[in-house]
Amino acid sequence: MAMNSIPFSINLLADLQKMFQFEFMQHAFEAGTIVAIIAGIVGYFVVLRRSSFAAHALAHIGFAGAAGAVLFGIRPVFGLLLSTSVSGFVMAILGSRAAHRDTQIGIVLAFMLGMGVLFISLYTGYATEAYSILFGEILGISSNDALLTLVAGSIILAAVAVVYRPLLFSSLDEEVAEAKGMPVLLLGIIFMLLVAVAASIAVQVVGVLLIFSLMVTPAATAQRLAKRPQRVIIISVVIALMATWLGLFISFYEPYPVSFFITSIVFVFYLFVRFVYQRIKPKKIYQTNFQ
Amino acid sequence: MSTLHSKIITAEHVVAGYQDKTVWSDASFDIDRGEFVAIIGPNGAGKTTLFRLLLGLQQPISGTIEIFNALPKRGNPQIGYVPQRHTIDSETNIESLELVRLGFSGKQWGFNLFSQKDRKVAFDALEAVGAKDLAHHPLSVLSGGELQRIFLAEALVSNPDILLLDEPLSNLDMRREKELLQLVNNVVRSRNVTALLIAHNINPLLPFLDKVVYIANGKLATGKPKEVLTSESLTALYGVPIEVLKDSKGNIAIIGIEDSHGHE
Repeated sequence: MAMNSIPFSINLLADLQKMFQFEFMQHAFEAGTIVAIIAGIVGYFVVLRRSSFAAHALAHIGFAGAAGAVLFGIRPVFGLLLSTSVSGFVMAILGSRAAHRDTQIGIVLAFMLGMGVLFISLYTGYATEAYSILFGEILGISSNDALLTLVAGSIILAAVAVVYRPLLFSSLDEEVAEAKGMPVLLLGIIFMLLVAVAASIAVQVVGVLLIFSLMVTPAATAQRLAKRPQRVIIISVVIALMATWLGLFISFYEPYPVSFFITSIVFVFYLFVRFVYQRIKPKKIYQTNFQ
Repeated sequence: MSTLHSKIITAEHVVAGYQDKTVWSDASFDIDRGEFVAIIGPNGAGKTTLFRLLLGLQQPISGTIEIFNALPKRGNPQIGYVPQRHTIDSETNIESLELVRLGFSGKQWGFNLFSQKDRKVAFDALEAVGAKDLAHHPLSVLSGGELQRIFLAEALVSNPDILLLDEPLSNLDMRREKELLQLVNNVVRSRNVTALLIAHNINPLLPFLDKVVYIANGKLATGKPKEVLTSESLTALYGVPIEVLKDSKGNIAIIGIEDSHGHE
């Protein structure tokens, strides 16, 4: 590939300029930035609601949708959006009170992965498509994909802004929220749809299998660094952004997959916060005021 | 005085339960403003069912139950509720003040990054339960007793007339138990709030109670603890021999109802 022949220099500015001469890198940064912001925000609610498994499952179900779309000659992202939204909706309705939610999700998840394998094998061009759905192909993002990502990202941002407080409260204290007359089922559905759309656009960057790296790890790391929701969300977004930007930048100069760099960077962030930062941080003195 | 002793909850011949199973029946009682009421009885007797009726989360099979002369409705701002189970656990790294603040304005749609007024109101609620020192502690580091204070502040922040507390004492040692009860008692007396508290063991509550609702074997007995919790009245209600024993410190034990929790 062309990028492998480009040498990395000490002049960072020149390196960046060189990188942005390529249109595919511009699109990759555009889409990557939007996805990082969205995944960082939605990921906070995923972590707060302990819905990592559901988010993971949605992405896998998305695999079947994307593979099906490829088979029928539709763009994979539409297959992703459709399959994750429908299954997210069903999960929210079925699973709201079910104690064995993980088992149910797991059963459907396995079946859908099987469907995905079938679709891929039916499609004659198979391997590369499957590979890019599973592990992401951000360097292959077109300007159309970037635009679609922007539209989907804007819808998620607007929706989160509207439901922010009720969603936060019902995620944190569902019993009280329900007693207060809040529409907890509707909020659960909205949440799953947010995850569905966020996962669908994130798949372009890290793929179905690595979705955790943007949807869970940054938020889980951020939760160890702050205790006010807005701050956690901001830190989560910053981590996701840093990982995506750095990953793209490094992969432009090193011949390894972007998603490998992104997943490694968020993992290093997590390890650092989990094992180093929490030991060296100053002892907390809690103030007594309302600020 | 009518304002002091006005009935705020009335139940008439209420049958409660689910379509296929009656939990308790023919319950008639009144609860007045400013009363501290204990709901006691064996596991599964239907104590939480009473709360669900009051919260409008469940409808009576028959009979009527009214709060302030109106049928219970979901989201009644006059009720502050502390459920038995919370989703909050040792991984919930959110500061107390945020939870209480959501208790105040979490119902509102839209995004305003929370006004300073919300924070002040939440802080005042924490101060009222003696927990202002915990305002910026993450919920994950709090002890059971401290968490109950935060939940109480969350319930009180919207200034309700009725407090429904579902087993707030269940994970507390005797000292914390007494502290929390004193706190609830102070709230009841100073704000003229009516508190209904579900408990397993009546004894720590006895010094504070105005009324007890005893639920067992599908029936309710309501009244002053001294009147209700006697061998005669319980035997008459249930039609089986029931003995209420008392020790030298005034602790009581109810014998004859399966799974009795009157004793220590």
